[in-house]
Amino acid sequence: MTDKMSSIPQGSSLWKDARARMAKNRFAMGGLWVIGIMFSLCFVFAWFCPDPNKINLVNKFASSSEEHWFGTDALGRDLFARILYGGQVSILVGLIATAVSVAIGIVYGAVSGFVGGKTDAFMMRIVDTLLAIPFLVLVIVLQATLSDWSGEATKWIVESFGWDKEFTARLTNVVPLFFALGLLGWLTLSRIVRAQVMSIKEREFVEAAVALGYGKTRILFRHVIPNVLGPTVVYSTLTVPGFIMYEAILSFLGLGVESPNSSWGVLIKEGANFLETEIQLLLLPGLFFSLTLFSLNFLGDGLRDALDVKASKD
Amino acid sequence: MSLLDVKNLKTYFHTRAGTTRAVDDVSFSIDKKEIVGVVGESGSGKSVTCHSMLGLLPQPPAKVEGGSVTFDGQELIGLPTSLLRAIRGKRISMVFQDPMSCLNPYLRIIDQVAEPILIHENASLEQAESRAIEMMKKVGIRDAEQRAHSYPHEFSGGMRQRVMIAMSLVTNPDLLLADEPTTALDVTVQARILEILRELRDDLGVAVLFVTHDLGVVANIADRVVVMYKGKIVEQGTVCDIFQNPSHPYVKGLLACRPSLDTKYRILPTVDDFLKTEDQADGSTTLGERPDAMERLAKLQEEEILDDPVEKPLETLLEVNDLGVHFHSGGGFLGKPPETVIAVDKVNLTIPKGKTLGLVGESGCGKTTLGRAILRLQQTCRGSVQYDGRELIGLTQADMLEYRKRMQIIFQDPYASLNPRQTIEQTLIEPLLVHKIGANRGQRRDRVVSLLEEVGLGAEFLLRYPHEFSGGQRQRISVARALAVEPEFVVCDECVSAMDVSVQAQVLNLLRELQGKRNLTYLFISHDLSVVKFMSDDIAVMKQGRIEEFGKANEVYENPQSDYTRELLEAVPRADF
Amino acid sequence: MFRFLIGRLFQGMLVLLALYTITFFLAKAMPGEPFTSEKNVSAETKANIRKLYGLDQPLWKQYFVYPKNIITEGSFGISTSKGRPVGDIILQSFPNSLLLGLCSLAFAIAIGVPIGVLSAVRKNSWVDWTCMAIAMIGICVPSFTIGPLLQIYAAAHIPGLKVAGWGNLQDVLLPAFTLGLVSAAYLARLTRGGILEVLSQDFVRTARAKGVSPTKVILKHTLRGGLLPAVAYLGPAFAALISGSFIVETIFQVPGMGQHFVNAATTRDEFLLLGLSLFFGFLIVVMNLLADLLTGFLDPRVRLAGETE
Repeated sequence: MTDKMSSIPQGSSLWKDARARMAKNRFAMGGLWVIGIMFSLCFVFAWFCPDPNKINLVNKFASSSEEHWFGTDALGRDLFARILYGGQVSILVGLIATAVSVAIGIVYGAVSGFVGGKTDAFMMRIVDTLLAIPFLVLVIVLQATLSDWSGEATKWIVESFGWDKEFTARLTNVVPLFFALGLLGWLTLSRIVRAQVMSIKEREFVEAAVALGYGKTRILFRHVIPNVLGPTVVYSTLTVPGFIMYEAILSFLGLGVESPNSSWGVLIKEGANFLETEIQLLLLPGLFFSLTLFSLNFLGDGLRDALDVKASKD
Repeated sequence: MSLLDVKNLKTYFHTRAGTTRAVDDVSFSIDKKEIVGVVGESGSGKSVTCHSMLGLLPQPPAKVEGGSVTFDGQELIGLPTSLLRAIRGKRISMVFQDPMSCLNPYLRIIDQVAEPILIHENASLEQAESRAIEMMKKVGIRDAEQRAHSYPHEFSGGMRQRVMIAMSLVTNPDLLLADEPTTALDVTVQARILEILRELRDDLGVAVLFVTHDLGVVANIADRVVVMYKGKIVEQGTVCDIFQNPSHPYVKGLLACRPSLDTKYRILPTVDDFLKTEDQADGSTTLGERPDAMERLAKLQEEEILDDPVEKPLETLLEVNDLGVHFHSGGGFLGKPPETVIAVDKVNLTIPKGKTLGLVGESGCGKTTLGRAILRLQQTCRGSVQYDGRELIGLTQADMLEYRKRMQIIFQDPYASLNPRQTIEQTLIEPLLVHKIGANRGQRRDRVVSLLEEVGLGAEFLLRYPHEFSGGQRQRISVARALAVEPEFVVCDECVSAMDVSVQAQVLNLLRELQGKRNLTYLFISHDLSVVKFMSDDIAVMKQGRIEEFGKANEVYENPQSDYTRELLEAVPRADF
Repeated sequence: MFRFLIGRLFQGMLVLLALYTITFFLAKAMPGEPFTSEKNVSAETKANIRKLYGLDQPLWKQYFVYPKNIITEGSFGISTSKGRPVGDIILQSFPNSLLLGLCSLAFAIAIGVPIGVLSAVRKNSWVDWTCMAIAMIGICVPSFTIGPLLQIYAAAHIPGLKVAGWGNLQDVLLPAFTLGLVSAAYLARLTRGGILEVLSQDFVRTARAKGVSPTKVILKHTLRGGLLPAVAYLGPAFAALISGSFIVETIFQVPGMGQHFVNAATTRDEFLLLGLSLFFGFLIVVMNLLADLLTGFLDPRVRLAGETE
């Protein structure tokens, strides 16, 4: 029997087909490469860079040199190192906020769509109401509130756990941002997941599963969720650049990441101060920022085509 | 000279996967005022032929590789688009299959019907509109003046197709290309549309190229018939010739495999009984006749249905009493006012063990809902369903599990009825796992293989995914899945409706064969009266949620009691000469 | 129609109530006192405001005081950082934001829609790729990079344009361009997608079979349906544009509402925050309603919920 089985030709799953289509999409693959390089720069190469916070007022606004590849900023700090460390924060904000919103969005949307009826109507009313509230307004208010607690939180953590004070301060500065964005970003995703679940639920293979006496859990996890993963992945990918942008906006307004932390938004803001004389301080972080956003968007568009997801109206 | 002359037309599709010869060396002609039917199964190239003439195919991937289309002395192939546009809608018009999607939802009916006049003739808006309304009256749209100002979504399917016809004939063209114009319609509506087309041909003197997959329709409307198969014309001639003395084995097969109201076979002949295809080295296929075709047919004829002289007392398996299903919509807080639609209205039915009950009706009559309600896939609001003496309505989910094993369902759309993310093996093993059939992995696998073989597929397909199969194969897999739990009763919900006749014959034969082998009881739901007649012992005719007529199949067909049944039967296009 | 409007009005009130509730409790959760950092407000005023808004009362009572004052006195409270009524601040800054918003919206539509249509018509050609690449730049390059660049290049070289400031009519140009760019990019993408979707539908083939010319196929048969996604996007986008952009107003020093909002958030100016949030929310609700009405006008199949069939 085993011999016979091993000779059976392996079929090609939808994921496999999608991967093949994806590999043919030059824009998406290019995006993937850039993201990979950006990732390794920010999270691996950055460890070998000079200290991004080392102030050297004698050597401010230095131009490119062996020691400082991108030169130095107004306080004589190494710009390249600051961009890479800033990238860590920006990318992490994008990823973690997406993870938070995806986790909430999938569960909320799947439950709403799968249970249906009055529960569904009620849950979607809540989402509708929240969606009508201006996003940035809420983020700003929430972020302002959360970050005000961060000082106290730092004190508390340092006192009770004995963590390094500087590290804790950085952490408590950034963490509220993850949640402010993530807690509010799940709304659209939950709607997309719900719509998908509703349409899958109407498909005949789910009805066949009911007719075969499969349990609700089995149907949800083996038949519904595998079929809604595609659009979820696509939308999540397209959410990351959005969050990175929001982080930059908040930081630019002085409501997000604060010194000594840096992020691309912070760097662009600092660079804008020396616009007339030292334009590279604005352009270089802007370039890294835009390149990442470009790549993420191309990747998301490529995934959408490869997974054959209908354009969602978000 | 004929009105339209197609000579050696070749249209190929060039895609990354390779070149498909959609239309391969096709020649035929149409005379003035003639109705020519082009018949073929899906992928035969009949629609592509039609679209090639007016340059309506998306290019790329499509490309007309050769041949000529001469219309009234003018060559159409290679004609600049600007000149072709002057012919489109003015001298040659088209009607498409799906009237739901072929009218612009954003424009009023009158704007769309009058548009060809405004484009092609030097007419004022008032003239155009009054002519449009006149034409709409001609195709049988009542209150045309008022209704002309509404939007397409306010019209029913049949009415929209009339609008399409009015729109295409409003400029008085010489030729009408009708691409499956009645396929999406109910049979009674289809009958009326065909009647209108015939009348307009006589009235306006328009020639019609009628593309369809339905042999009955062609026999009904056409003067001459062109039969296409895999991009080629296999036979053409007058309707009488083709239907009475087909010479090509494919045509013979096609005519024989289609169940008609008069079919007496127990097993349908299939195209494969007649046609032998051989793949050639250069990628083309040669068609030949099976030498043993006549013997095969004779053998089938021997198995003709003989009425059982002795009626054995039958054991009732399923009894439906006073069943009702209501749909509620709206009624939310500040939403739409609440509405109730009665989908199934006090239905009574009985099905004896080992027999087939055919349930026929037009779209929206509630037949599918009834089938689902019997299996408790649909909430009911009144009545009872007794299966093997036990009441199913009100059973808990745990108690119902036993009956989920005994009652199964096969759906219409083989593309939607298999989970695209599971291999065939996973799909077929899952029911065994849930119902704890088979002691271990090996045993279950053996069972899956034997199930596949039973439906005519092999073990080599086990690890494939649904999208790698054709529609007919997928339906076989659906059948295998339903049979995996060894049911006694199977609901077949329009399970051959989406198929070509040749595939349909195979699946019907499979269902028949399985019924004999496993002593299955079927509830066979379909809109196609011929298919239901072929499959069923008893028949129930459904209309607007009610059972109009219920009785022995032969009696209902030969001596219908209700007006509605009679109307349905008369509307079925027949191919008898 | 009437039923629909009533329903939406009710829904809008719910949205505003939810927004108020969330903002109120978040504002209250901010540590510190509203007045701690203020010096330009006299102690007497502080005491008056405290009393007026019941700041010395329990939280749940305060929750009701603010809406009550809006309804009974039309008062949005007094800004603790500016010492002026919030209503006055809104009235003063809103016209500036409105002008900026309208200009940037006009710019976004004038650029975005034609580019989207062009892209869709010339699908998969270099025209399409160029247009979409430009649109992608509009989405990916943040306004706080483009804004400063415009300041040093455009403002320095084109006569009449100032780096920053607000006084002459032409001062609106640079901020409007910066602000409208993102919306133009989104509009172009949505329009392209919408048109392509419609172009793939059967009725377009019907139109071609009737002999309709390619231009008319787009203008008469496709545009209406193809613009629907863009219209749905425009509602909220319009509200965001005319309520002022936090970023662009900061860069170009436009005395609009956005600046006040950021200030309110950073200085814990509770009433200003509440007043502005509610005003934003109100604009969004109104614009969404307008977008829905426009959709109903464009697409006859859409029955506005609440209408009877």
